[in-house]
Amino acid sequence: MSQENDVHRKPFHTGLVAPQGRWWVPAHRAEKVWFIIAFTWCMVLFAMMPLWHLKGGQNPSGIRSKVEPAAFTARVEQMVADYQVGEMNGYPVVEPPAGSDIYLLGRMWSWYPVLKLKKGVEYTLHLSSVDVNHGFSLYPVNVNFQVVPGYDYGLRIVPTAAGEFSVICNEFCGVGHHMMLGKVLVTEEDGTMPGAVVATGEVE
Amino acid sequence: MSDTSTAAGAPTAPGMMDRVYRTCGVTGLRLHRPAELLIKANAVAATVALLIGGISAILILLTRWQAVHLLDQVWYYRVLTGHGISMLIFYIIFFEMAVLYFASGPLLNSRIAAPRLGWFNFGLMTLGAVMVEWMIWTGKADVLLSSYVPLRADPLYYLGIIFFAVGALLVCAQFFATLVIAKRERTYEGSMPLVTFGATTAAIIAVITLLHGAATYIPTFLWSIGLINMDPQVYRMLWWALGHSSQQINVAAMVSLWYLLGGLTVGAVVLNEKISRTAFVLYILFISMASAHHLLVDPGFSPAWKVVNTSYFMYMAVLASLLHGFTVPAGVEVGQRLRGATQGLFGWVKRAPWGDPGFSSMVFSLVVFGFVGGITGVTIGTEQINIVAHNTLRVPGHFHATVVSGTTMAFMGATYYLIPLIFQKKVAFWRLAQVQPYLFAGGMLMFSVFMSLAGGFGAPRRHWDITFSNAPFTESFHPAVDMLLGGMAVGGLLAGVGGGIYILVTVWSVFFGERFTEADRVPGARGLPQGITSPPRPATVADEENLPTGRWGNAPGTMALVLIFLAVFIVYYFANWKILSFVWKIG
Repeated sequence: MSQENDVHRKPFHTGLVAPQGRWWVPAHRAEKVWFIIAFTWCMVLFAMMPLWHLKGGQNPSGIRSKVEPAAFTARVEQMVADYQVGEMNGYPVVEPPAGSDIYLLGRMWSWYPVLKLKKGVEYTLHLSSVDVNHGFSLYPVNVNFQVVPGYDYGLRIVPTAAGEFSVICNEFCGVGHHMMLGKVLVTEEDGTMPGAVVATGEVE
Repeated sequence: MSDTSTAAGAPTAPGMMDRVYRTCGVTGLRLHRPAELLIKANAVAATVALLIGGISAILILLTRWQAVHLLDQVWYYRVLTGHGISMLIFYIIFFEMAVLYFASGPLLNSRIAAPRLGWFNFGLMTLGAVMVEWMIWTGKADVLLSSYVPLRADPLYYLGIIFFAVGALLVCAQFFATLVIAKRERTYEGSMPLVTFGATTAAIIAVITLLHGAATYIPTFLWSIGLINMDPQVYRMLWWALGHSSQQINVAAMVSLWYLLGGLTVGAVVLNEKISRTAFVLYILFISMASAHHLLVDPGFSPAWKVVNTSYFMYMAVLASLLHGFTVPAGVEVGQRLRGATQGLFGWVKRAPWGDPGFSSMVFSLVVFGFVGGITGVTIGTEQINIVAHNTLRVPGHFHATVVSGTTMAFMGATYYLIPLIFQKKVAFWRLAQVQPYLFAGGMLMFSVFMSLAGGFGAPRRHWDITFSNAPFTESFHPAVDMLLGGMAVGGLLAGVGGGIYILVTVWSVFFGERFTEADRVPGARGLPQGITSPPRPATVADEENLPTGRWGNAPGTMALVLIFLAVFIVYYFANWKILSFVWKIG
């Protein structure tokens, strides 16, 4: 307590003034209270992330590895050859089996191919690029991942709604960046597309 | 206003001009002429960069406002590159160099180390900046600020940035040398003032940042001329150790200016040196980990790495900002109460000098940085929440609230004191200058909030056309996005007017302004902030009779404000977890 009394003998000063003598003294009550509140809140912020890994359904962990662009392209082409079910605006539509590894390739300036998935089923979605960085942004779900050339990002996904979704590129990749729009189609559990997509689309 | 004198013992020595001082009539500080000239030069260079960046900002805004869609795609990305570099690198760092000279020389009553080196540094930084701008505007560097490899710019672009960074690094060295000189020549008694201490942390963070810059740009330069390979993921990690750490220079410099402006305008006190200084040290210790904020949904890093780094090792740097967010307003409150503003919980707010643009800028900087910039930053920098934020407009929505509404607003506030105290001119167009912080802060607040909301719908950042013209497929955004982008444009244009007024006022004052003399210092004089016409008198021990002694301490108004802040933070943070829980299952 004597230290606190010492402080009070000196008048308060501004931040432009060089403090004299000893200033490593106990804080005032209000500052202590706020410090404890702020520290506790920081611990809550920190705890939420590991907790969500244990209890939450959305984590960016994935299966991460390096991959040569040529090797990744070969995997994509293999999937297209095995599971193509149709064509949409010149892009192959691929319907891989439930639970399988599926591939989406980013390149200047398109996403390849169009993926057709089933609601409620888990897939491992592999993302990579053959040229520069791209951004995988699923609209209107609003799910975003970085797509880095030379790296394979394998994300276990479960579509929770059926319908037609767009893949927007949201990492700058050159002047054609805005044209880089792809599609993901999600059918109901029974394999039918909801709404107008079947009527207007060219999906077979 | 000024007394010119030379230091004893050196009247005929070579380099005599290096020892010329004047004493400031307002603050009593001893000003070293070479320090003043370097402060002026760096401030002027900063303003030129601000003008280039500001014009670019309006052009970008009028393009993202889909109803106007002004630029074509080539020029949109070119102007966006110029905007990012001019603002985040050239404007901010030139201004910070001025802050470093001010906080080490004048604030410590000291001469600055090696003035000639200062001019070399200024020349090198200017050369680097001109090279970079030249490359951008001639179309040889359409790579945006982050220039992610393998996007490739002309090698001169990378070299220009290296020159600029080396110059800035040498200014930091000069700053540290000045601290040593001041200590050795005993130009001040006791410990260095808190403002200088804060600037010192900014300088240390600048060194850490610029070393990361060297680790990024030197290999990238070698890569651009074909000598080595560069891994895109490693590049992203290194670049953001530069890119985000540099924002922490801004934070440390901004907080230092909060303490400075609080002291100059209303005699804001330092409640406890230990708390405030410890908070600054926390910035140094944990800040470079923030590189991870940009890599949370990248394939190259493990979840453990992401969690530890994105949280600055358990949010210790956030704790630092939360502490300053209390001590700065509490210092203002206690400063006001000591001088008689004792009515109720918020009488000190009511009696504050809201017509002093230095004061209003400081308050808006603090409030918008905290409530918008801070809360959104911590939230979208959370590992999993980043899934619904990465590369959407939520990101620039966040950082315009920190670096523009926060840092730039604080720099603007400091300028209104810099003009009379260093340039020795009255502030021109005084009524406009008084309104300027309100326009700029109000406009930027609107801009950031609408931009963030548009990002919440998934609208991407750095995107020329969200109607996706000429794409193989079609998609149209939720109609709300159009309205939000319109609101963003209105806010941005308001802020543009505020920014334009700032440039007009500063340029006019400095080059054509009336000279400021001691006779001008009458209360209520036009062209001078209140902190100069009637500076707050020093507080005495007897004034402490005015302080409340209740259970909420001597700053109960601030306690109420920070609890409101915390409530907003908690609601926003958990609302985002809720939003995340609605999206597809991902793991």
